[in-house]
Amino acid sequence: MRARSEAASLLSARRSRKAMLFGTWYVAEHGLRTMSSYVTTIITGSIFNPLIYLFALGIGIGSYIDANAGGIGQQGVSYLTFVGPALLASAGLTAAFEETTYVVMGGFRWSRIFWAMNATPLRGSQIANGVLLAAGFRIVFTVVAFWLFLFAFGAAPSPWAPLAIPAAILSALAFGAVMMAIACRIEDDDSWFSIIYRLVIAPMFLFSGTFFPVERYPLGLRWIAWISPLWHGSQLGRVASYGLEQPAWLVMVHLGYLVALLAIGMRLSHTGFERRLSK
Amino acid sequence: MLHDMNDGDSVMIRSRGLTKVFGSIRAVDGIDFDIGKGEAFGFLGPNGAGKSTAMRMIAGVSRRSSGDLTILGMDPNRYGPDIRGHLGVVPQQDNLDTDIRVRDNLIVYGRYFGLPLSYLRTKADELLEFAQLEDKAGAKVESLSGGMKRRLTIARALVNEPEILLLDEPTTGLDPQARHILWDRLFRLKESGVTLVITTHYMDEAEQLCDRLMVMDKGRIMAEGTPANLIRRYSSREVVELRFGSDRNEDAAKRLEGTGDRIEVLPDRVLIYTDDGERDLERIVAGGMRPVTTLVRRSSLEDVFLRLTGRSLVE
Repeated sequence: MRARSEAASLLSARRSRKAMLFGTWYVAEHGLRTMSSYVTTIITGSIFNPLIYLFALGIGIGSYIDANAGGIGQQGVSYLTFVGPALLASAGLTAAFEETTYVVMGGFRWSRIFWAMNATPLRGSQIANGVLLAAGFRIVFTVVAFWLFLFAFGAAPSPWAPLAIPAAILSALAFGAVMMAIACRIEDDDSWFSIIYRLVIAPMFLFSGTFFPVERYPLGLRWIAWISPLWHGSQLGRVASYGLEQPAWLVMVHLGYLVALLAIGMRLSHTGFERRLSK
Repeated sequence: MLHDMNDGDSVMIRSRGLTKVFGSIRAVDGIDFDIGKGEAFGFLGPNGAGKSTAMRMIAGVSRRSSGDLTILGMDPNRYGPDIRGHLGVVPQQDNLDTDIRVRDNLIVYGRYFGLPLSYLRTKADELLEFAQLEDKAGAKVESLSGGMKRRLTIARALVNEPEILLLDEPTTGLDPQARHILWDRLFRLKESGVTLVITTHYMDEAEQLCDRLMVMDKGRIMAEGTPANLIRRYSSREVVELRFGSDRNEDAAKRLEGTGDRIEVLPDRVLIYTDDGERDLERIVAGGMRPVTTLVRRSSLEDVFLRLTGRSLVE
């Protein structure tokens, strides 16, 4: 063995200092390295997913609606312009789902890598932050790629349209934080995720004003949209993308709801990670 | 911030009344011990004795329910991350990163300590050599044998050049050859001055590796001392093992009463604790008894455990 002072000289006497400052990044770095093993899946998904949706909804349903109803909503924009920001947000949410549910279950149960991380100066809260940060990189990549397709298809007419990107990213992160808070509390059964997917994600996708305005739903179903980060993200995206008319207070509600969801999700993830790791 | 450990005080870990309660189970029930610098200290006991729980508290992750614990002079409840920066942890269950390759496992783990990549690249090669895994550097973790995975886990635990290395059941599930390779590596570490804390339910491992042992059962300390000292204190010099056949052991034991210092009847054999096994065996045979098999051996930690708890270590 080499002289035993080398690491000691690189690590300060308080060895947690660097980890305290950059711990979240170290965990995210691990997440990105892991993602690089399925980078092809991520990239092809990020290209084909928007293409399929944009063709099907823009050229398929969209041309039908536009020809028969002269567009959609009170402002009568083309169907693709209407649906685009919602598809953008939902692409972000899907990426968030993958990177916060199975990754968290794997870290605790399968590879048990979170226990290994926690044996170093890293804290549970930093591990949670790092997981979301790594998910954030994938979300940004997915959303930006999707938006470029929207733009190319002429579905982002407003000069403010690029602001739909941060709106979609914010809703995906808020959703991811909540999913992570749930995932870190699931002890043993991964079929929970398919149940969540069928009972929460799929209805959310269908009833969040993704394909037509929420006002068209009966009152009894609108609450699904109200609690759904997808709806809030989609509406923000629409304001940016084609200038959907929304009162300023409602825009603030959309933003505030997503920020609150993100904060609550992270808070619950922190306590969940810390508690599980310190048992 | 780091409390000075060089003021003549070489105690690395100090525990007083350390307790961990899970619901109604007292997994660790008020244990006291001191572990000194450079020592190889072992927790010996059967599965469920509370060894791993104690280990997770020493590792600065699991929060104690009550009692006092200081590691390197610090309270893990307050300074967990600081303490963990000085520890190397080899958990019972492998938690290597299966998504990345062997050498990257060492580098990525080193990053968690905030170590720079320039340092880690050289360190990773050095550790691969130490773990005899040089030619596996680019291999997938899943392709490694059980022994190789354990060696990689140990190498990984050394990336921050820890002062204390914690090993929880380091050789469980390994074949004899892999165990010996591992023991050899651990000996080298001990020689280089690393404090080792080991849990095991293998008495041979405890005898091989540990300077000092704590025998644990049901969350409590049953005895403490060097392996030789424990054997001297709790067992005789030699043991005569006799097998009469499962249904005849009890009767035979009755007839053997008075032989040796003490007789222990196990389901498959009768043990006679004595100072001179050969002499006693001759007498038994001369007395007309006909055991199916006989064995005279030296006392071991297994006998100590049997004496202390009335049960075998490995069940």
